[in-house]
Amino acid sequence: MQSKKLSRRDFLRLSALSAAGAVLAGCCPPPEPGTPAVVTQIVKEAGEEKIITVMPTMEPVEQPVTYVRGETLYVSGAAWGPASTWNPFQPGSLANTTGTIGNVYEFLFAFSPMTGELTPWLAESGVWSDDTTFDLTLKDGLTWSDGEALTADDVKFTFELGQKYAALWFSPMLLGSKMYLDSVTAVDDTHVQFKFTDPLYQEFANNLYNIPIVPEHLWADMTEEDITVGANENPVGSGAYLYDTGAEDRNVWVRNEDWWGAGVFGKPAPKRIVDIRFSSNNVALGAVIKGEVDLSNNFLPGIATLAQKGYVDTYFAEAPYMLSANTAVLFLNTTIAPMDDAAFRRALAFAINVGDIVNVAYANLVKAASPTGLLPTLSKFDDADVLARLGYTYDPAQAAAILEGAGYTKGDDNFYKAPDGSAIELEVTCPFGWTDWMEAINVIATSAQGAGINVKAVTPDYGAWNTALQSGTFNMTLNNWAAMSNSPWTLYNLLFRHPIQEQMQSGNFGRWENQEVFDLVDALAKVKVTDEAGMQAGCAAIQELMLTEMPMIPLWYNGLWAQFSNAVWTNWPTEDSGSSALPTTWSGYWQLGGLQTLIELEPVPTE
Amino acid sequence: MAVKGHKLCCPTATYGGERLLRHKSILIDFQDGGNVRRYFGRKLLIYALTFFLAVTIDWLIPRFMPGNPIANMLSRATVNVENAQVMYDYFARVFGLDLPIWQQYLNFWIALFHGDLGISVYLFPTPVTTVLMRAVPYDAFLLIPSILLSWYAGNKFGAFAARSKWLDNTISPLGYVLTATPYMWLGILFAWFLGIVLDIFPIAGAYSFQMRPHLSLVFIGSVLQHWFLPFASLFLVGFGGQAIGMRNMIIYELEADYSHYLEALGAPRSLIRKYAFRNAILPQITGLALSLGVIVAGALVTEVVFSYPGIGYLLLAAIQNQDYFLIQGCFLFIIIGVLLANFIIDIVYVIIDPRTRRGMTGETA
Repeated sequence: MQSKKLSRRDFLRLSALSAAGAVLAGCCPPPEPGTPAVVTQIVKEAGEEKIITVMPTMEPVEQPVTYVRGETLYVSGAAWGPASTWNPFQPGSLANTTGTIGNVYEFLFAFSPMTGELTPWLAESGVWSDDTTFDLTLKDGLTWSDGEALTADDVKFTFELGQKYAALWFSPMLLGSKMYLDSVTAVDDTHVQFKFTDPLYQEFANNLYNIPIVPEHLWADMTEEDITVGANENPVGSGAYLYDTGAEDRNVWVRNEDWWGAGVFGKPAPKRIVDIRFSSNNVALGAVIKGEVDLSNNFLPGIATLAQKGYVDTYFAEAPYMLSANTAVLFLNTTIAPMDDAAFRRALAFAINVGDIVNVAYANLVKAASPTGLLPTLSKFDDADVLARLGYTYDPAQAAAILEGAGYTKGDDNFYKAPDGSAIELEVTCPFGWTDWMEAINVIATSAQGAGINVKAVTPDYGAWNTALQSGTFNMTLNNWAAMSNSPWTLYNLLFRHPIQEQMQSGNFGRWENQEVFDLVDALAKVKVTDEAGMQAGCAAIQELMLTEMPMIPLWYNGLWAQFSNAVWTNWPTEDSGSSALPTTWSGYWQLGGLQTLIELEPVPTE
Repeated sequence: MAVKGHKLCCPTATYGGERLLRHKSILIDFQDGGNVRRYFGRKLLIYALTFFLAVTIDWLIPRFMPGNPIANMLSRATVNVENAQVMYDYFARVFGLDLPIWQQYLNFWIALFHGDLGISVYLFPTPVTTVLMRAVPYDAFLLIPSILLSWYAGNKFGAFAARSKWLDNTISPLGYVLTATPYMWLGILFAWFLGIVLDIFPIAGAYSFQMRPHLSLVFIGSVLQHWFLPFASLFLVGFGGQAIGMRNMIIYELEADYSHYLEALGAPRSLIRKYAFRNAILPQITGLALSLGVIVAGALVTEVVFSYPGIGYLLLAAIQNQDYFLIQGCFLFIIIGVLLANFIIDIVYVIIDPRTRRGMTGETA
């Protein structure tokens, strides 16, 4: 009797529990991520296949559900989140689908930072026929992935979008007070003529390899909203790859077998590219060690050890292992004391132990920067004379000499006081969680304190840091927003962005107001790209002012993080390979050598 | 607790084992539907209030974060000073952040009842509901089995361990270690040892990076394989806690007067343990309800460790990007999940604990 009752109750309890489970399950979509999601996805993919392939009989059955390892390239380190937009005009940080610009949409030119040359891509050639006319010839036989021809009209259409919509990033070239491109004319199917008023040659050259050309026949009917901020699912481009599918943690690209460029540049070997987003560095590191990822562009601390032990390969076999991708610059808020004093700023430059940042914070994965801030690929624009006179290295004695010469005195706490006797207490910041930079600002603070300048390292949240950066409420902070470029103007345009506004969103965060340097940067933008001597002279003048006034301090070069494995794919670009390709999948770097890497890759033969 | 009603019982042997054991509790069936309705009505009112407050806090908290989401979104995006303001105004309008704050709050509730959680800033222009619908199945798949199984197995095992000195001496310390282990740490250990050193489990993703989702045994196998390590880390930590709790409760109950009395009457040990178990299970259920929040938080970090595409990583990224709408959405799901689970536990409680039912009638009798 008793046991019978008990078992009834046991049953009750169990059924209640299982009901709980069922209700819990019912509140959310089914717990098995496999089943229903699969059905819709296959249907969706079938639809996508129809759109992106020319073959009308393409069935989902033919699309393999398991990728062959030897045909697939696994990469990581480019995506910061799930794919959300395939709009080539959605600027960098929004587009989590690296490859949209580069693999799908292409450019008139490519640029190789290693050789410093613009090479025609969609273009066959481009010449300045006079000071205000640029004549562009397109290659013959260009096609979109839907089979339509890519013509001069598409180029004209793309540039004119900037004339219509101020929200597009290249619009100021064609619209508003600073416009300098007057008209774009399609002369015939393969010839485009650009007429200028007062061309910014440097910027235009940069735009030639950064503006993605979109198909007029599909984009002409799109609304302003679709064009400026739309997600553009099912992108149709002219490039070597097509967007295949994606999930929370991956994007899959499949080779465009009908790519017009296969005969010109060569067919890229990987049939499929799977771009993986890892949620943390340790996961990425594990995947690299396991050989699940062929190319990782994540920053992985300690990669030097792994490279020495032969787990991974890197561009250089020895320190710094990585190419330099951008310059980490310490911006000083020149609107507040004592950083409004050039002597103090220069003293600070001598008080920072960059060697420790390189050796300790980065374990030799980076290089110390040239005081001019220019990347090694642009070192021909470093003015040797200016550097010899005004360059700086870590030298606390020199820092002390400059400070004392300018009337700063040491207090009882061993820290310098301003000439007016007020105490100096400054903060150096970077976003919390950016571990390499957090280490770096610790070094900055420690070495500055050692030199008698009271600096503390503080790490606010990214949001707070960014707001302080743009509204100018920081003391000193790190920034590296100028990418590899064809022109030294790109960096100086970031460092000396003007006019000074309430919100400085893209440069000159320290709000250094100096009309002379602004004029010099504007003049540099107008130097012809062929006039190397003119560019050098312009840079020398800017560097002279910059190093005298020291409104910001270039410290080290962040790396083009790349660790790759030769297990499945080989012929990666390295120091010794003689290739000008860059081993990277970062957005904005495909046209700088990322695509070239794909073209040069070779599968490792399987036994 | 004062006992009212005519069914007041006395601990006499004639009532039989069960009645005897429940000398403080009286079985009163649901004689009065009104009371049950009132009981659940009151509960539901509390849940509704909690929901309202939690969601309001959920709405408020991201807005207290220093910084500006649109400025962050555009910070690396705009190349030209000239069009920065144009884009800023546009996005402020898109996200409704140009309205006065009270209006934003009202709009939020109105949209919520239309099932609209807004557009994600971080994954612009994807709607938050779409983002969550992709992620929540993974969370359910991870959380429900690990919570239920760790609770069930932990209790069974704790009760079992309490019986034997040998087991107790070996298992209890292990349980304490497990329950004190941070989820993330156990996850990293697993990933390193089972994933990299032994290379028997994958360390990232929800299914193989070599597959596209389809219905096949291979794919389901891959899903389970990727699910196992995050599940195991959640399961083990939960298991340790439940086992320790149960073991302590059982020992306490076995020392209670009724156990000794029953023993003196000559009842078999298995019967005594059975009753002890049933008395001990009640605090364990309450404990489960209380710990749900911790488990969910643990699942979030576990997902980050294993790159498992649930809302854990989403939430982290949403906070870093000040994505008000995605933060709200993630927390909304957590709030709903935890409230719902608590409500279910309330129902379970009524079914398994007669005192709750007596309480319903008792107060009105």
